[in-house]
Amino acid sequence: MSLFDTALSTHAQSLTARSQRVEVLAQNIANADTPNFKARDVDFKQVFRNTQEDVMKTTHSQHMELPVDTSTDGMMYRIPFNVAFDGNTVELNVEQAQYGKAAAEYQATVNFLQDEIGGLRKALRGE
Amino acid sequence: MALDNIFGIGGSALNAQTVRMNTVASNLANAGTVAATDADAFRGKRAVFKAILKDQLNGQDNNKGGVQVTSITDDPTPIKKMHDPGNPSADKDGYVYLSNVNEMSEMVEMMAANRSYQNNVEVINTARQLMMRTLDIIKS
Repeated sequence: MSLFDTALSTHAQSLTARSQRVEVLAQNIANADTPNFKARDVDFKQVFRNTQEDVMKTTHSQHMELPVDTSTDGMMYRIPFNVAFDGNTVELNVEQAQYGKAAAEYQATVNFLQDEIGGLRKALRGE
Repeated sequence: MALDNIFGIGGSALNAQTVRMNTVASNLANAGTVAATDADAFRGKRAVFKAILKDQLNGQDNNKGGVQVTSITDDPTPIKKMHDPGNPSADKDGYVYLSNVNEMSEMVEMMAANRSYQNNVEVINTARQLMMRTLDIIKS
């Protein structure tokens, strides 16, 4: 793995996972009035794990597989506080709060990435 | 990229809420109309929403997870008739048929559509900000 991969990989992959979550929450808000729509959310741990190509692989016949379930895409249905009469489980307040949180987390990851790039740039300039 | 899709999803929701708002406007405009027969009387309209799922798309998946208006249905509430022989639309017994629009529930529907529209505008705005921040990474 090269220097750039090591420095940027975690945050770059986390950015992908975070943008996926923002999208799923946007879907929930868009369907706030759709009958029978079930709100979904992302299990960040699972999605992050799926985006990483080389996390703990077995390289020897004596190695044991980690008990990691890669079969799911990390999508789960939200358990609502109250179900609407039309079968819709989107609770707008919850979704808005989560959307705001997800946006903040995304920006945090962008900041981390920016710092990493700044550090690399400094190293390259040799100042 | 996932952030791109939000514009499609949010846009589809804005479109659906606009259709809903249009039906409300039409209902309110026609609330006072009278007709000569039961069949001709104005019936309130309601937009029916449905999520856009993956298998309904033909190749383009930028609206996946959004919302669409599948149909516009008539309000099944029975039509009221009123005895008004002086009305030019009255039938031979002197009855006119009123619309079944309930102004109160239309106002509520309008406010709900309004709030949902604002919510989705906010979602799109936030997604746009996140995208701009991401573009600014290279500037640091």
